[in-house]
Amino acid sequence: MYDTRFVGGSVPRPDAPDKAAGKALYIHDLIRPGMLYGKIKFSDHAHARIIHIDTSRAERLAGVRAVVTGYNTPEIRIGFIKDNFALKKGKVRQYRDEVAAVAAVDPDVAQEAVDLIRVEYEELPGVFDPEEAMAEGAPLVHETDPRGRPKVDNMVPVPWKFEAGDLESAKRSAAFIAEGRYETPLIQQSCMGTAGCIAEFDLQNNLIIHTKTQIPFLAQNDFNQALAAMGLRGKRTRVIVPTLGGSFGTGLDTHGYEYIAILLAYKSGRPVKIVLTREEEFTALSPRQPTRTHIIQGCDAAGRLAFREVRMLLDNGAYTSWGATTPSVMMLPISSLYRVPNVFYEAKIVYTNNTYCQAMRGYGNPQAAWALECNIDQLAETAGIDPYEFRQRNANVPDEITPMGLQITTCGLDRCLDTVAEKLDWKRKRGKGGARGVGMASLFHVGGSGRVYRSDGTGVIMKLDDFGCVSVLAGGVEMGQGFISALSLTAAEALGVTPDRVSVLTGDTATCPWDVGTHASRGAFTAGNAAIMAARKAREQIFQLASEHFMPRVHANLKRRRKRDPDFELPDFNYERLCDPSEFELRENVVFLKEEPENPMLRVPLEEILRAAHYKEQGTMIVTEAFYDPCNQMLDARTCRGNMSATYIFGTQGAEVEVDTETGRVRILKFVAAHDVGRVINQQTIKGQIYGGVVQGLGYALCEEYKSREGRNLNPNFLDYKILSAPDLDFPIEIECIETHDLEGPFGAKGVGEPGLVATAPAVANAVYDAVGVRITDLPITPEKVLAALKRKKERP
Amino acid sequence: MKKTIRFVLNGYEVTAEVAAHKMLLEVLREGFQLTGAKEGCGQGECGACTVLVDGLSVNSCLYPILEVEGRSVTTVEGLLGEGNRLHPIQEAMVENGGIQCGFCTPGIVMSAKALLDEIPLPDEARIRRGIGGHLCRCTGYVQIVESIRRAAEKMAAQGERDS
Repeated sequence: MYDTRFVGGSVPRPDAPDKAAGKALYIHDLIRPGMLYGKIKFSDHAHARIIHIDTSRAERLAGVRAVVTGYNTPEIRIGFIKDNFALKKGKVRQYRDEVAAVAAVDPDVAQEAVDLIRVEYEELPGVFDPEEAMAEGAPLVHETDPRGRPKVDNMVPVPWKFEAGDLESAKRSAAFIAEGRYETPLIQQSCMGTAGCIAEFDLQNNLIIHTKTQIPFLAQNDFNQALAAMGLRGKRTRVIVPTLGGSFGTGLDTHGYEYIAILLAYKSGRPVKIVLTREEEFTALSPRQPTRTHIIQGCDAAGRLAFREVRMLLDNGAYTSWGATTPSVMMLPISSLYRVPNVFYEAKIVYTNNTYCQAMRGYGNPQAAWALECNIDQLAETAGIDPYEFRQRNANVPDEITPMGLQITTCGLDRCLDTVAEKLDWKRKRGKGGARGVGMASLFHVGGSGRVYRSDGTGVIMKLDDFGCVSVLAGGVEMGQGFISALSLTAAEALGVTPDRVSVLTGDTATCPWDVGTHASRGAFTAGNAAIMAARKAREQIFQLASEHFMPRVHANLKRRRKRDPDFELPDFNYERLCDPSEFELRENVVFLKEEPENPMLRVPLEEILRAAHYKEQGTMIVTEAFYDPCNQMLDARTCRGNMSATYIFGTQGAEVEVDTETGRVRILKFVAAHDVGRVINQQTIKGQIYGGVVQGLGYALCEEYKSREGRNLNPNFLDYKILSAPDLDFPIEIECIETHDLEGPFGAKGVGEPGLVATAPAVANAVYDAVGVRITDLPITPEKVLAALKRKKERP
Repeated sequence: MKKTIRFVLNGYEVTAEVAAHKMLLEVLREGFQLTGAKEGCGQGECGACTVLVDGLSVNSCLYPILEVEGRSVTTVEGLLGEGNRLHPIQEAMVENGGIQCGFCTPGIVMSAKALLDEIPLPDEARIRRGIGGHLCRCTGYVQIVESIRRAAEKMAAQGERDS
């Protein structure tokens, strides 16, 4: 446990005043001199051959400065297996495929020009269901793989298979078994600020791109590759991230529109801005992956989990983005939530002509938790054990190594379970009928970053100025989650200054140190650790300078005092001791002697030491850096084993619900969330993360669904795609942060960004089951489904 | 077709040459460079573009510019006092964690102002209804509602002291 002054408090975020005043600049608010507006022509078909693209009328329209297609620009491959192209040639594989784009002097002209582009297609049969896509004779979405080798099926080549123990024998000897099939829909991240970018070239043909991303440095690499494809090998990219209006995973990959803006900017010689409309945000960004899960779990007579068998089918959509890697994270709870010795997990991913998928907050974990935690309740019921008791009996414990090789260090799962049971008044309210019920679900997630790339590193630079203020340059990205707040508190704490002296600067690849990306709830964890390392170096240098300048400063201050007060006697200090760097301490902007922290005469403001260093002969300055790469491992591609995170996070959520049996409507009466967070950095922002996560999770549970017919999105707006609003939340949400003080975390903290929504939907479903005895297996839990299930139950009790 | 309109913007009389089909939001953002009001959806579903017209909160993305002739428009920029002093509602949003990504914030602040101007001490349900036209994806609204409640209390106390 750490004794802290600022970490653990409840303080406003440094970025809040600008946002409150409407002065924060999002991509929508940025204008560059001479800027053009880009607009994309998307496909009219889910699957079709492109016969001809006629752009002549668009090119002739007054105000149009550039028109691009796949036929008049170099081929730019995108996505992590490079099966996608910035502009499509030959055929389209989904409605959102980009076939052409224009840049014009204003947005209206750009829209008009796009409408003038004529594309002739030859329609092809499409495939829209992942099971049908696996059937023999299904239309091929890709005839060849990215290397040009013929493809014989629609399978995406991924290695997601994990096996531990002896499943078959565990199945034979299990006393109780429960089986279920669970589905989750596509979910749109629904950032309030839509995506966009401004691309421009300097006169040396280096690219500068302001863009909405969570991965500025990986994006820099992607864009450099695009420049190479454009014949600009060796040219550089500078990525600048504006204020982000939310991100939730949308910024984990680079997107077609970014490359199109780059092509348009190069062709026109002008900055080009593309900002997606709300409708485009729905139809042309990658939603959270839908899943179909078949799960079987078994336990012994005492209710101890014996095995878990999970087979999953994921709809990839037409191209491959990070959504295809979410099973690597799903594998964590599937192998390691609760102690279970025998595990089988396999995820198949298939191409379809649906929109291609990405990751969203939780990175596969919400889909996995949905199946796992609903099925745990089924199993507990089969075994005749209360589901809370069942979970407690199987709960993870500290210092445990799971079958996947995950090394659990701190673990607060038992406390999370107890907290939720207590706050829900579980014993009194469970199983009481009357269409009211309580339910709970737990979660397991990475809490110490997650090594999904070869590096899991992050850099921090600490620059001290003449006035005792500190600029902390970080590679991570603020997207609303509170990264800047967490990092400024951690940096202030570690260095020994007050948080008002710290400015966190992020989002510019030209000035900020490298970072692999803000994902996996890793921002505060990794940057916090890097800041602690950089602060340690800065403190060493400060104390070294103090050994030179402390005594002269003290002396000068005392002499000044004597000038004012002739009766003041100069004290006799031990000068030798005041020359030893190890004698000093820095706290709240003041350098003092460890042994005499209270002596007012032996205190020198940090800025005096720093200024003395700058102005002395052969002066010096303090700029330190650190690169933190956690002690975690990448998954072994063959065995899917490896300690992916430096620490893990646990949580339990619970709901009390009332079901209207006339309408099928589920009304939440109370929601409770208890999360093992390691250590709270800022009470205010951590609660914001959990409240926000819970409400996103409740939307996932009750109403959110990205609906499509034959690959075309049917609800690209907030009237038809329902996210919860304030009046919907007329019930208390109670949050408890369980502190387990993780040794690897900055001041004991673990990552908290994603987990808030992971266990929400199964907690609600389990409560609905407790209330009315029907189990909804496909999200969302709509009144229609509840009513149909009630009817079925009545007919076949 | 361009027309000249005259209205009061954040306390100052202004004139603007506008295309008749433009909405208030576009004119504020592009004509006056007041980018505090945001376009989140462009069709009146999210509330990010909310401003006050004659004291009533409106979705400026759906408000025809010609309709503001002779009226008084207040944007989030108009709430800021001398020396960048935040309005009590903005201050409460900062102090109570009502802001995360901040994209919905200016709109919510304006609706909260319209609400508190009408009902100085609304109960929680009324606050929730008062911002019912706004979507926020980050906060889950809990700390926003709390912020508005605290702002109301503070403003009411201030009002009592002043009177």
